[in-house]
Order: sequence, then C-alpha cells, then structure tokens
Amino acid sequence: MGPETLESKQRAAVEEVLKAYPAKAAKNRAKHLGVGGPEDESQKTCGNVRSNKKTVPGVMSQRGCAYAGSKGVVWGPVKDMIHISHGPIGCGQYSRAGRRNYYIGTTGVDTFVTMNFSSDFQEKDIVFGGDKKLAVCLEEIDALFPLNNGISVQSECPIGLIGDDINATSKVYAKKSGKTIVPVNCEGFRGVSQSLGHHIANDTVRDYVFDAEVDTLGEPIEQTDYDVAIIGDYNIGGDAWSSRILLEEMGLRVVAQWSGDATLKEMAATPKVKLNLLHCYRSMNYISRHMEKEFGIPWMEYNFFGPTQTIKSLRKIASFFDESIQQKCEEVIAKYQPMVDGVINKYKPRLEGKQVMLFVGGLRPRHVIGAYEDLGMEVIGTGYEFAHDDDYKRTKDEIMRSTVIYDDVNEYELEAFVKKLQPDLVASGIKEKYVFQKMGLPYRQMHSWDYSGPYHGYDGFAIFAKDMDLAINSPVWAHTKAPWDKTEAEA
Amino acid sequence: MQEVENIVNGQKLFQKPEYQKVLADKKEFEGGMGAVNPEKVAEVAEWTKSWDYREKNLAREAITVNPAKACQPLGAVMVALGFENTMPYVHGSHGCVAYFRSYFTRHFKEPTPCVSDSMTEDAAVFGGLVNMKDGLKNCAALYKPDMIMVSTTCMAEVIGDDLYAFAIAAKEEDGGEFLPEEFPITYAHTPSFVGSHITGYDNMMQGALQQLTEGHQGEQTDTINIIPGFETYIGSIRSIKHIAEEFGANYVMLGDHSDQWDMPAGEYTMFAGGTKIEDARNAINAKATLSLQKYATAKTMKMITKRWKQKESAELNPIGLRGTDEFVMKLAELTGKEVPESLKVERGRLVDAMQDSYPYMHGKKFAIWGDPDFLIGVVGFLLEMGAEPTHVLCHNAPRGWEDEMRALLDTSPAAADCHVWAGKDLWHMRSLLFTEPVDFMIGNSYGKELMRDTGTPLIYIGFPIFDRHHLHRYSISGYDGALNLLTWITNKVLDQLDEETKDIASTDYFFDLVR
Repeated sequence: MGPETLESKQRAAVEEVLKAYPAKAAKNRAKHLGVGGPEDESQKTCGNVRSNKKTVPGVMSQRGCAYAGSKGVVWGPVKDMIHISHGPIGCGQYSRAGRRNYYIGTTGVDTFVTMNFSSDFQEKDIVFGGDKKLAVCLEEIDALFPLNNGISVQSECPIGLIGDDINATSKVYAKKSGKTIVPVNCEGFRGVSQSLGHHIANDTVRDYVFDAEVDTLGEPIEQTDYDVAIIGDYNIGGDAWSSRILLEEMGLRVVAQWSGDATLKEMAATPKVKLNLLHCYRSMNYISRHMEKEFGIPWMEYNFFGPTQTIKSLRKIASFFDESIQQKCEEVIAKYQPMVDGVINKYKPRLEGKQVMLFVGGLRPRHVIGAYEDLGMEVIGTGYEFAHDDDYKRTKDEIMRSTVIYDDVNEYELEAFVKKLQPDLVASGIKEKYVFQKMGLPYRQMHSWDYSGPYHGYDGFAIFAKDMDLAINSPVWAHTKAPWDKTEAEA
Repeated sequence: MQEVENIVNGQKLFQKPEYQKVLADKKEFEGGMGAVNPEKVAEVAEWTKSWDYREKNLAREAITVNPAKACQPLGAVMVALGFENTMPYVHGSHGCVAYFRSYFTRHFKEPTPCVSDSMTEDAAVFGGLVNMKDGLKNCAALYKPDMIMVSTTCMAEVIGDDLYAFAIAAKEEDGGEFLPEEFPITYAHTPSFVGSHITGYDNMMQGALQQLTEGHQGEQTDTINIIPGFETYIGSIRSIKHIAEEFGANYVMLGDHSDQWDMPAGEYTMFAGGTKIEDARNAINAKATLSLQKYATAKTMKMITKRWKQKESAELNPIGLRGTDEFVMKLAELTGKEVPESLKVERGRLVDAMQDSYPYMHGKKFAIWGDPDFLIGVVGFLLEMGAEPTHVLCHNAPRGWEDEMRALLDTSPAAADCHVWAGKDLWHMRSLLFTEPVDFMIGNSYGKELMRDTGTPLIYIGFPIFDRHHLHRYSISGYDGALNLLTWITNKVLDQLDEETKDIASTDYFFDLVR
C-alpha cells in the first residue's frame, strides 16, 4: 500500500460521496455510512451506522418491500402451500421463481413454489373491494389444485388502502373448508424495506400454524432427543440440503427446514424440537424467539459459509447435545478436512490478497466474510439492504480490518465506493451486476449465487471457491482493452 | 462429498448417492402428498391433463395462474429509458422499482436505472408530496438527468396523488437549485390495476409527448416520427432505423432505448443514446407518426391524429414479410421515393430463404403467447410459411385484438383448427397443450414449465427471456428480422427432428446428414 492507507481512503470515500447530495439528504445519508473496524467502540452497531430507517427518496435504493419479505422470502418457499399475490398483477410476476428456492415435488400438483397465483386486481376490485374475488380465488384453487395443503394470502399495496378485510374472508373460508388459510397483511408500503415483511410473516406463522394446530398428512412425527430444525435457510441453490447432510452425519435429526423445501407439516412440528438452528437471523429471529418463550426451545445462530465458520458452528451445535454427538461432530470435521484442505490449496494461491466489496441482504454481508478469508481474500466494504442495529453489531464481530460500512447503499454511492477503492471483486445483486461488469470488474451475485451454488456447508464451500476463482481469473476481463488502446505509459 | 479435482455445483452434487439419501430421508418429515402417497400425486397429475380438467380450468373466474403480462409502470420505465439522459422516476414504493429493475436486467443482462420516491405508510395516509419534493431534488442532484419521467405505482394511484401539482411544488420548493423552471418533468398516471405493461407504455408515451410538445407547434416539417412500442428486441429498433435510412428519410425514433440496453463494455455510463429532448419537442410538427405497435400506443396515436392532426399517421407491424412490406410501402408513400434497390435485395434474400426452408414449417402446429402486437406480427409470419398457429394466447388482449387475430387466422386453410385465447393465462395454456397438442411452442421463459410438463419444444421468442442469452440483441422486425425468425424456428424444427431420430439401430435411419 502506498502512502494513503486503505482506511484513510475508505474515510475519504465516505466524505466524498456525501458531497453530491442536497443538504437534507446528505445529513440523512451521513448517518448510514461509516468505516467500521474490529476495535469499534460502539457496542450497538458497526462503523457507527444507523439502520432500518426510511430510504431517502429519489436515490435508487436497492431495497424491496414488505410483500417481498413475506411472499418472496418467508412464505413463498413453503412448497405444499399456494401463495396468492393478492392485488394487481405485477408483484407476483416480478417475483416469480427468481430466488432459486429449490424443492422436490410435482409442480402444479402437490408443490407450487415456482408458480404465480394472482388475484389480478382490476379497477372494479379497487372501487368495490376485492374480498368477494378473494373468496372465489380460494375456492377455485382448491378445485383445481386439490393437493395443496393450505393457502396464504399475500397482500399487495392496495389491499390495506381500500379497506379490504382479508382476515375475515380467510377465516370464513378456512372454517368452511377446514384448511389452513393464512392472511398476511404485508402491503408493500408497510415499514421501510423487506424487513417488516419478514416480521409480519413470522407473526402469521405463529398465529396460523402454531396456534391453529393445523391438520397435516401422514403419521405424526415421533420425537427424539436429537431433533433440530433449520430456521432461516431458503434453500437457495440447495443450501439447506448441503447443510442438512452435515447435521445428520453428526447424529442429529433435522425435522424441519424453514422455509426452503419446507412443507407445512415440518413447520407445524417444529415447536417440539430440542434446538432451533438459526441461519438467517434477520428474517426469522422473531419466530425463534417466540418458540423460545412459548415452548422453551433454545435457538442458536450458526454460520455454514466457509470451513472456519462451519467448524465453529458445528462444535457449538454439538455442545447442546451429549458426548456421542460431540464425538460424531469431530468425526464429521475430520472427514471433510482433507477435501477442504484440497480446495484451499487449489484456490487460495489464485485468490490470495484479492479484495472484495459486498452488498447484500439478510445475513450474508457478515456471514460470507469468513468464507472469503478462508480463501485468503479480504472484505473491504460491506452493507445491508434492510438490516437493523443488531445485524451491524454482529458484523463487527466478523470483520478483520477496517471496512466501509454502508447501510441501504444506493447506486450512486456503491459506484463511487467501488471506483475509489478498486476492489478485485464486487458481490451483490442482479440490479448492480452489469454496472460493475461494464467497468470490467469481476462480479458475483450473492443473492442467487449467480445461478450456481449451493454455498452452504463443506460441499458448498468447494463450489464457492470454484465460482470466485471463475469470476476473478476469467480471461474475459482482459478483453476490455483493445490492442489499439494506448496504456497510460504510452500515451 | 466433493472431489477437489471435479467440483460440481448443485446440478450434479445432489445426484450423488449421499444426497439422494438425504432427500429420500427428508420425506419422513414432509406433509406433501408426494411424500405421503405418491400414487395420489400421479393420479391427480394425470387428471390435470384431461378434458375434464381443461373445462374446469377454462371456467376460472377469479384466480390467475401463471400470467403472461405485467403491470403498467414497467412499460412507463421503458418509455423513459428511450429518451436521452432521462431518469425513470416511479412515484410510490421502492419495492416496485426494485422489481422493475430486476425484471428488465434479467432480460437484457444490462443495468436498468430507475428511482422511486420510497413512499411508506405515512405517505399512504398523508399523500406523497414530501416524498416527491425530496425525491425529484435528490434524483436531479445525484444523477444529473436532463429530464425526469414520473409514473406511478398502484399505491399512489389508490390514494390519488396529483403529479402535476406535485412537480410544480417540487420546483417551487427547490427554488431552481437542482430543478430549474425549465427542467422537464413529464408524468403519467399508470395504475397497475388497469390494463398491463403496454397500457403503461402508452400512458407514459402519450403523457410525455403531450407535455414536451406543448407550445412547440410550428411549421410542419418533412420529419417522420416512429414509435417502436414496448419493443424488447434491441435489434428490431435498429432494423427499422436501417430501413428508414435506406430511404434517406428524415425520421425521429420516439422512445429509442436500443443503446440504453446494449452498452459496450469498457466503462459504465448511466444513460446511453435515446431520443433527443429537442426532437421530442418538435415531434408535433412532423409530417406523420408511424406506430409499430398499435395496441401499445392506442392513446398516443389518438392524440397524434386528433390533436396533432397528423393525418398521414399509421399503425404498422413490421414483423414478417407482409408486415415489413407494408412498412416499406408506407415510407415510400411518405417520402415520395421509390423503394430503394438495397431493400429490394433484402426482401429477395428473405423470400429466397423462406422458399428454402418452408417444408419444415409447413403444416407444423404452433402454440404461441405474448403481447398483442407481437402476436399479430409473428402469427402473420407463421401463416406466410404455411404453419398452423393452433393456440394463440394473449393474456393482456385489449379490445379489438381478438377480432383482428381471428380475421388473420381465417386467412389460413387450417383456420378451423386455429384458436384465439384472449385474456387467458399460461395455466390455461397447459390444459390446451395437453388436450389439443401442438408440435412447438413460441413464447417467453415462462414457457419453460410448459415444456417440462407437456414435452412440447419451446422456441424462445418473446419477453421476458431470462434463461437464454443475447436473443434480445437480434431483430425480429424488418426483412432481416424475419430471417432471424425463420432461422430460429426452422432450426428448432430440425433439432427436434434429430432428437426424435437419434436412437441407434432404431430410428436413426432417418438421422439424415442433409436436410
């Protein structure tokens, strides 16, 4: 590093970015940007940033809405239920099958995740209300999709504005049909981001799955002392499967996955497990806390990105159980170690010292840092779309060096940070992908794993390593400069 | 476990025996019918293929399943990105904008700039004036556009915000710092619960053109305006320009997003290309305006013929041979010039190619869905090749479309077997494909599940296309565009023929080297 340290560059980048704003917006954004370090004094957050506040209007935020948090994240992946996008046609169409929540099932017959059910509101539904239409929707769904195990009603913006009562309509139909009908008031204007949608959806799981004691198919699940549930894994690219295998190998029984590849029955059985394993804290801490309070089930956060964190998490999980599990846990760690060493030996020399900037949602802005570090890479900037203070507080524990922390970063800021700090890889979402690729920067989508994955667990780490190498060391980035372009030295 | 020398992603990882066991064991806890009683699933799956199911399915009145349309503001965003240095601005929740940007970006594999003013619950109660004042100012300060085009989400429409008044208020409050008096803020109301994305295109185009041209009426020029419509083929816009240029016509493409969604690598600029604002202001003085998508510009063209009084304006659909011929002849008429030799050669080459390939398309049955104008064009081309469009489905069919399509199909000798499905969705299409099968489907990526379920090969033509690359860069309009359609369709027919004849010592006598 030259005379300018990375940290001073980072601080300068934050200051510079704020200059472009009108005064009111600058004042607001200043609170959301900072440079964090492992030694931060603040116990509340990281880089002293503020979070979970309203987005500044007009700035091209990457945030989504409450509907996205409920339908797109929490409820949508529950595979044996049908989720109605209730309102105009767009929301369901834009969010259809984009998140790669993998599942096994006969789509359209006993599972429905990649489909789009919409009540397709027309002007008359806005004017006269849409409750009657909803009632017909519910009936038609049961007639044409008789093997569905329940229906959730995911409210879009107009529902809460026109005074519809989806709760009453759902209740009437649930009583009549004897089925699980879950009205979710997750209108897009509620809250400031996806985050409130997660919370609202969690609350409806509590009310309509736990409290309602739903009927489920097949034999009841007999309990054992080793029952656990995976909470907050959406099985993107199969993440929950490559996590589940490790837990099973160490002798635990994974009774439920929330909510990737989940069935209603698994969710209903969860209040009887011995331990809840929480991966995405942000989107499912609410229901975990509820189960702790109501059913006395402890929960622990874990991190299955990269071997260092995976090993730490496996041991922590085992510590909740007896010695036989702890013994098997060590065997699992030993079993995978040679493969992990092989992966690191193969890829670390190709990736060592490379710098990464992240901007994602949920847990990844902190959880994946360790995986990059396992490959010798450094994360120099990170931030969340919709985090709260407790996420930033947890982030402080993960970062190893000074890191730019940007909350609800917008297109302008992220572009400016990247230009100033010149990372070797940017890892974020689809909306930003081509911006950075145009600049010739290697890029990986870290919401969808860029159509690869899984990235969780040991097997997932091998894919992660291979994909990061693919991105950073691809020959395509060198083609941007034409042979007739002069280098700076020649010019 | 992964092998270090052969790391595989989920596709093959989960086929390994240890994962197959994980998936099989998981069923013990699952409550889906597939885990509990697989025979029941097979039975119901079989029933969904029946005429009985089809009738129940077609009788649906309320629930839409697997739609083939999107909502208004999506179209408005496309309009804005067709004007030079113009930021699409959606008055409403930022969740909507995240969706529009993702949707276009997944299709074009290109960045899609667009802002919102992030209205939340308080704005829903008190109105979005504060959001709009701050939003316009911040947008102008940060991104320095030359124009902002405002459309609305359903939230803003339900509460009834007044865009015109808000834009004025924003300028007043700003006092000229970032939003000078003359800074163009065009706007349109684009409620998601009316029409579809093409309605939003129309509303935004009409609003923007009306507002931009106000006070600019002058002497009539010899300019010809061309409005592409909700055009998702970048190459199509270029084909149309090429034809106009061959005529040496003085033309303006109104809403030209071809460079915006096709930026070269090297550096990133937020905006590229687009109609110059000055040209848009002068559009009112043109000799005529040609719309290439009638149903996506109904309101706009009404304004142009009625208010702008451009009597020679026309609605054309330059997809396929006849559609392109009509466009070429209209240009000949408007410019007073003969059809240039170069276009005659292009046409000749297309016809030559059609005559080379026709045996493979002739008599083949097709199912096709998409936007109304797209369907008129592509179905026309199928008929020109002797193909049979068995199921033509338009979810967002506007009034008049069904009759026009019916009339078009009635020109086919197979008319009686060709069906028009207006206002139906892709779950309806599934039933149609099972009960009255076709040889091929033409449609967007949503056809993928139909391909899986029914085994009908899918030819990717339409919007959105998320899982095949670069098709949007090509043209489907003009003579060169028709040649692309011909190539894609013919070669898919040939691929399928090879697929069906490749069994060794069984069907491969027909696995011909020359076709």
